[in-house]
Amino acid sequence: MLPDAELVRRCRDGDALAWGELVERFSRYVYAIVVQGYRLRDHDAEDVFQDVFAKAYENLGRLRDDGALRPWLAQLTRNACIDRLRSAPREEASEDVEPPGVDDTLALLDDALAVREALAALSDDCREILDRFFALDESYRTIGGELGIPSGTVASRISRCLEYLRKEFLGRKQEAAASGEVQ
Amino acid sequence: MTDGATIGRLAELLRALPPAPRGWVEAAQHLPLVQHELDEIVARAEADAAFREALVADLESALAQAGLRVEPRLVDALRRRLAAG
Repeated sequence: MLPDAELVRRCRDGDALAWGELVERFSRYVYAIVVQGYRLRDHDAEDVFQDVFAKAYENLGRLRDDGALRPWLAQLTRNACIDRLRSAPREEASEDVEPPGVDDTLALLDDALAVREALAALSDDCREILDRFFALDESYRTIGGELGIPSGTVASRISRCLEYLRKEFLGRKQEAAASGEVQ
Repeated sequence: MTDGATIGRLAELLRALPPAPRGWVEAAQHLPLVQHELDEIVARAEADAAFREALVADLESALAQAGLRVEPRLVDALRRRLAAG
């Protein structure tokens, strides 16, 4: 997986494939901030999602630290959500449009994105089965049918892949701590 | 998460990021293409006064008559570009 900074550099050079990868990498994160953090729905959620990536595309050249793509996108998304909530008619006038607990949700999503980065280092089989079971909420039976394995094997494979993920994730945390990065 | 990175916590974090609707992702991925089309339309409008007048008068019809895509986000972006002069 390309580091974020390299991805940003390629996008700036007009590499459309790199832009596609950037959107793929962060689409879940932006979507989750919009829907879980700010509880936007339907057209509002879609408009904000598109606005965030449009602004990111237009302003990539202004990003000072190419490695800081994630927090930059998070801030773009927060701002877009707040603008949308402020523009909506409300019964009571209030300066604070942010839903309660939004900071906690965003902290959780940051951790979730770090776990997805660790997930990307696992085998295709593990990535797929963990994503299907946890993120797509598919049943053992559905997964077994799609992947052509007995339902009874699905549970043991998920368990094994989770253990691989735990090791990968902890390894990354330890590397980051040793190099002084905050994760 | 500290060294108590439990399987349960990992499961919770995996559940926290379901995929965005595929159509939304693909629309965002096509932004460079939209931007390119936008640049071409604006360049043509700058070089062709009649085309620019037609765009200003009725954006959607002018795009359709010119055989160009009448996609809402492209139209909105073009409208903003034309308004900005």
